[in-house]
Amino acid sequence: MSSASLPTEAFVRQTTYEPLPAPPQVRRTLLTTLAGDLASAAITLVAGAMLIWLTPKLISWAVVNGIWSGGGEACRDAGGACWAFLSEKSRQILFGIYPPGEHWRPAAVVGLALGLSLWSLPPRNWTRITLLLWLIGVGAMLILMRGGNLGLSPVSTEAWGGLPVTLLLTIGSLGLGFPLAVALALGRQSELRGISTLCIGIIETVRGLPLLSLLFIASILLPIMLPEGLSIDKLARALVALTVFSAAYLAEVLRGGLQALTAGQGEAARALGLSWAQTTRLIVLPQAIAKVIPPLTNTVIVMVKNTSLVLVVGLFDLLSSGRAAATDPAWPSPYKETYLFVGLIYFVICFGIARYSLWLERRLAAGQKR
Amino acid sequence: MRRLWYDARVRAALLQVAAIGLFAALVAWLAGNTATNLAQRGIAVGFDFLGRAARFPISESLIAYEPTDTFARAILVGLGNTLFVGGLVIGAATVLGLVVGLARRSRHPLGSGLATVFVDVMRNTPLVVQLLFWYALVTIGLPNARQALNPLPGVFLSLRGVVIPSPQIEGSAVLLGLSLLVVLLAVGIGAWFARRHRMRTGHGPRGRWLLTALVPVLLAMIWWWVGLSVTLDLPRLQGFNFVGGLTLTPELFTLLVGLTLYSSAFVGEIIRGGIDAVGQGQWEAGRSLGLSDAKTLRLIVLPQALRVIIPPLTSQYFNIIKNTTLALVVGYPDISYVIATTINQTGQAIEGVAILMGLFLGVSLAISLLMNWYNRRIALVTR
Repeated sequence: MSSASLPTEAFVRQTTYEPLPAPPQVRRTLLTTLAGDLASAAITLVAGAMLIWLTPKLISWAVVNGIWSGGGEACRDAGGACWAFLSEKSRQILFGIYPPGEHWRPAAVVGLALGLSLWSLPPRNWTRITLLLWLIGVGAMLILMRGGNLGLSPVSTEAWGGLPVTLLLTIGSLGLGFPLAVALALGRQSELRGISTLCIGIIETVRGLPLLSLLFIASILLPIMLPEGLSIDKLARALVALTVFSAAYLAEVLRGGLQALTAGQGEAARALGLSWAQTTRLIVLPQAIAKVIPPLTNTVIVMVKNTSLVLVVGLFDLLSSGRAAATDPAWPSPYKETYLFVGLIYFVICFGIARYSLWLERRLAAGQKR
Repeated sequence: MRRLWYDARVRAALLQVAAIGLFAALVAWLAGNTATNLAQRGIAVGFDFLGRAARFPISESLIAYEPTDTFARAILVGLGNTLFVGGLVIGAATVLGLVVGLARRSRHPLGSGLATVFVDVMRNTPLVVQLLFWYALVTIGLPNARQALNPLPGVFLSLRGVVIPSPQIEGSAVLLGLSLLVVLLAVGIGAWFARRHRMRTGHGPRGRWLLTALVPVLLAMIWWWVGLSVTLDLPRLQGFNFVGGLTLTPELFTLLVGLTLYSSAFVGEIIRGGIDAVGQGQWEAGRSLGLSDAKTLRLIVLPQALRVIIPPLTSQYFNIIKNTTLALVVGYPDISYVIATTINQTGQAIEGVAILMGLFLGVSLAISLLMNWYNRRIALVTR
């Protein structure tokens, strides 16, 4: 509809009105925000009623009737939460069916992962040394978990479980996925039609599939696709699926960074006589990656959450270890408590990364402001 | 020879041939291995199994299904269930997401505080954990049918699932649908005329309220005349179970609630981002024209925010469809559940996975085509 066909005289006032007096200063008191108009009053009523109805129930379930110590029998009789189960089974939830005598090893792995992550948080630690530390750290984690040398008793991956598996899958899929993602993102932006079509095809296919189907493919089809004699264990199969998945998503994030670079950067590099490889390595990638660090951290959150899907291919990550622990017939099926505990661990990790991402975004943006 | 080596076009061609050749070689190697392995195990490749009887039960479905039906039918049933859950969740998550998004931006401290906590908790815990938690809550936490919770009249929550009132049509359902369609059409045409009238003269047609009020009265009279009526069938407890009403199984209920809550947090953030992207000046301009906050939001801010909201929202909708595959975890027979069972029963892993991949890539392609068309339509017309 164009403005020319509108009857101007019908919509535009033809006479001039006296100016109105200035409106009175609006003062927002707590009462007017809470019940100033119909909508606010309705929100107050609904939210308040929900809180008043829910809070006592939650307190009576979690605190008043909650069982903090004792065995399964004590929980069976009480109407509240069975926290005793968590303190009793916390090791089984955290470390799965790993031999109980060797629990210090997965605990050390978790500590190592946590320490390395914390060390890598401040931007001044983003150095080659940190990268080296991570490589050494992951090697140490694998040696600790697997055993078989340095006087450690061997533990097969079948017995790995709990939080270390979740962390190793996350670190592994992101660490292996990132170089792949760089290649895919560069390929997608390539001027060579054959290569860009190939990369677009791979990225879009993976992104169009649910992770669940990728895990199916890896766990069911991969053994059939490999030649005889070459077998790969369940954990590695899940890692393949997660790596491919994270590579496709990271590639899309990186593409955003590549597209945000002005063409002048590449042209300037070429004018200086740098080859394509040098331009990419020294000029394009460092700037492109720096631009997308906050969204990259969001992909980390997505991957931490997605590792919980390995439950469907029979791996014992944090979630499935918890679920397995809760099936103990000596306890009155404390699933709710277990999932709350497991959910809390995921929440602490993911919420921490989310806050870090926000902080980083502000800090990195500070350098761009003039 | 040396000139050829340094020719950019030759190098480009060589590079592409090398990359594609490498990929093709990898695929060929995997395919070759697969063929040998399958031949060794004596598994025949092909989709013949689709015509055989499935022989496994599907606990609930929209499409009629018996275990004697074929695998093809079972897969169709699974697809129907996936689309059913996906559609319901998309609708519910959009409405709830709008509420969450607006609440996050409201001045109301209680509203924005609750919405912020909700979004943070939902987005920072895995969906699988949430689904299992709700499932545990429904299957273990709820009382048995005799002590069913009754939060609203006609709604019962118990171990058997959720029973809600269902509309019962007396008389011809075809007639009912037809009459509703006619009314909808009439209202649409009326609205179009009213809009044209307003565009031409600056005010709506006279007597429009009377006409609008007349529609339901007229409809009711016609229904009464032909003997059509719609009543709510309220469920009642009889013995150990409920009769009447509509029963949602614990699996379906968990999936609907869990997916809706999880997705609404993401939808809410998308909507909030869209509203934030509209400049504060638009709000101020609306207010200075004398529009109320609600009208400013509805007529000025939301239409502009929609341009920012629609692209991420569609990919979120597709995520919802992909996330319905987690129905497998709670045991609701969606497409991934049926395919997994089919693979277990027949050993036709490649075909099963191929079907699953084909379906999802098809849906993904359809959505992105639709999206491109819509984007072109609402794109800002610059002069």
